[in-house]
Amino acid sequence: MSMVKLTINGMPVEVPAGSTVLEAARAAGVRIPTLCYLKDINEIGACRMCLVEVKGARSLVTSCVHPAAEGMEVFTNTPAVQRSHKATLELLMSNHRKDCLSCPRSTDCELQALCREFGVDEYKYSREEIQPDIDDSAIHLIRDNSKCILCRRCVAVCAKNQFVGVIGPNDRGYDSHIGSAFDMPLGKTSCINCGQCIAVCPTGALTEKDDTHKVWAALADSSKHVVVGTAPSVRAQLGECFGMPIGTNVEGKMVTSLRRLGFDKVFDVDTTADLTIMEEGTEFLERLKNGGKLPMITSCSPGWVKFCETYYPDMIENLSSCKSPQGMFGALIRTYYAEKHGIDPKDIVIVSIMPCTAKKFEVSRTELSEGGLPDIDISLTTRELAGMIKKAGLMFKDLPDEDFDPFLGIASGAGHIFGATGGVMEAALRTLSEIVTGEECKPLDFHAVRGVEAIKEAEYDLAGTKVKVAVTSGLSNAAKLLDRVKSGEADYHFIEVMACPGGCVNGGGQPHQPADVRNFTDLRAERAKALYSEDAAMALRKSHENPVIQELYKEFLGEPGGHKAHELLHTHYVKRSIY
Amino acid sequence: MAKKKTTVPFQGTAEQEAKLKALIAEYKEIPGALMPVLQQAQGIYGYLPIEVQQMIAEGLNIPLAEVYGVVTFYSQFTLNPKGKYEISVCMGTACYVKGAGDLIDRITHILGIEPGEVTPDGKFSLTNTRCIGACGLAPVMTVNDDVYGRLKAEDIDGILRKYMNEE
Repeated sequence: MSMVKLTINGMPVEVPAGSTVLEAARAAGVRIPTLCYLKDINEIGACRMCLVEVKGARSLVTSCVHPAAEGMEVFTNTPAVQRSHKATLELLMSNHRKDCLSCPRSTDCELQALCREFGVDEYKYSREEIQPDIDDSAIHLIRDNSKCILCRRCVAVCAKNQFVGVIGPNDRGYDSHIGSAFDMPLGKTSCINCGQCIAVCPTGALTEKDDTHKVWAALADSSKHVVVGTAPSVRAQLGECFGMPIGTNVEGKMVTSLRRLGFDKVFDVDTTADLTIMEEGTEFLERLKNGGKLPMITSCSPGWVKFCETYYPDMIENLSSCKSPQGMFGALIRTYYAEKHGIDPKDIVIVSIMPCTAKKFEVSRTELSEGGLPDIDISLTTRELAGMIKKAGLMFKDLPDEDFDPFLGIASGAGHIFGATGGVMEAALRTLSEIVTGEECKPLDFHAVRGVEAIKEAEYDLAGTKVKVAVTSGLSNAAKLLDRVKSGEADYHFIEVMACPGGCVNGGGQPHQPADVRNFTDLRAERAKALYSEDAAMALRKSHENPVIQELYKEFLGEPGGHKAHELLHTHYVKRSIY
Repeated sequence: MAKKKTTVPFQGTAEQEAKLKALIAEYKEIPGALMPVLQQAQGIYGYLPIEVQQMIAEGLNIPLAEVYGVVTFYSQFTLNPKGKYEISVCMGTACYVKGAGDLIDRITHILGIEPGEVTPDGKFSLTNTRCIGACGLAPVMTVNDDVYGRLKAEDIDGILRKYMNEE
């Protein structure tokens, strides 16, 4: 690799050719402030926050896109640069609605942090009082354009990462704003609710729809039996909301905090992830044997499912009919659990904690219900749970570790890794290979399907049958993969798709990490480590060996893929139109 | 913030649609096709309603949000056809300080349309223009080729009534 030598504030540094000035500065231990820049996603040099002085250049340059060159002398902290940073912020604040005291992003807002750093406390160019400009038509998020700085990070992830592209900059000049075509409310567009836009928004312009008030009300109602279940990746990220390092597994503290919030039962959705493997594995073998529709594609990710229904409606039959682990969890609580404990299903409030905003859409699907009651009553994101814990005054880091309640409280390592891209496939392969061959699966690690590459492929031998699998995450990658399947270029048997890049660990409901961290850390990989190390440390690593699952089939469900299982654990899909 | 919309029902013909489809086919594989296609589509229809933008989005495989963003960025693209009577109010400096804004408000009040829109019957459209070089007559508005100068808001009613009564 050819290298270039340059100096940052007089300090020599050597970086690979093609690096930006921003990256060179970072290598020299200097952080340059940015707002619009997201590496590989939004490299447009629009916000002017990252301006630096380069000796010999006519004016300040945008370090986020300016290539580092041999012999370049860069200064990041001169009076001119400082003046520029401050002026940029003052202009951004001139039409920003400053309700920082109550804004949901207060204290983790990137704009607020920079204003504090650069001492922007009086608002030089403020005009008349700025009114809220709110679109709350979508089920999962609220857009308040009065806090939007037009950085276009949301636009870029929507179009580039997710291949959805339902938002863009409309109008020009002072009227510029981010919106949908014809300024349709977002809820009327073909948005798939993935929430990646919220995850990357630097300000309070995009926030999830806060459903915690419904949970507080249920917890305060003594006539309700309130049950909660947590998704695999929540334990791997929740700690970030309390200042813990990325990739810290906080399962025990999470369980304790939920119990102390007042939930009557705290269960693990990882257990129903194991159940998903039993059902999905059975469905796959049946399709393989009986000439069913192949490739079969996983259906755990509600953003992906809605994407398929909307943009690839001709591939709906390829989707596994299995409900997501969340759906299976709710269905079992509403039926088996209620029956076993003699509780009227109507009196149970079922809450799920998810890494995901699309789960808020999933719980609203009328086909996911039992006897007129929804499988899940309320779905919260990791961030919303963190908000509840803070509000309740629980000292999260100091909490002791507790275990899940037993009914749905034991999960295999296979269930845990559901939260990362490739995890569902690996979990399925562990179980499939043992069921089909009758021999012990060794080794248990399927490295070919792990990691953050766009598309991963592998071929396995299941008792003489070659099975081709593919794994992808991020819907633009999924779209490429599906196009190859449609054109006949690829002939997979089994595909795993997760809507968010890297899978649920990088879901739209996960803790905010500023661009400053995102640009220099692979969040997807770092966060996934927590799940894979938990799996590796376990004795129970295969879904079909989970004693809870075995008992569940024996006592209640019958056979995997059997009549009762089908009734409770499977669903169907609907074609949707783009416009 | 301006929320632009089309205010007349779409009445595209099969002939126009065929032309648009041919146009899209011609540009389909060319990078950067959106601008020329929009320009020529506006030539075909006279404006760019949602129906036309959708055909372009689908045809060129570009998100509709992106198409709309481009259309609303450039002032030469319009979401509405011109009315039978095209009212232009000059918003040049002289006219502006002499109260052109009040004229627009009055017209909007009477006709129910904002600048850039057309009445549902297609009779009147309203635009605000840059300086038309008649500063001595400020504030000025034109209705097709008729020029009206030194206006006050209360003059608007009478002027519009004249055109309303014509067929």
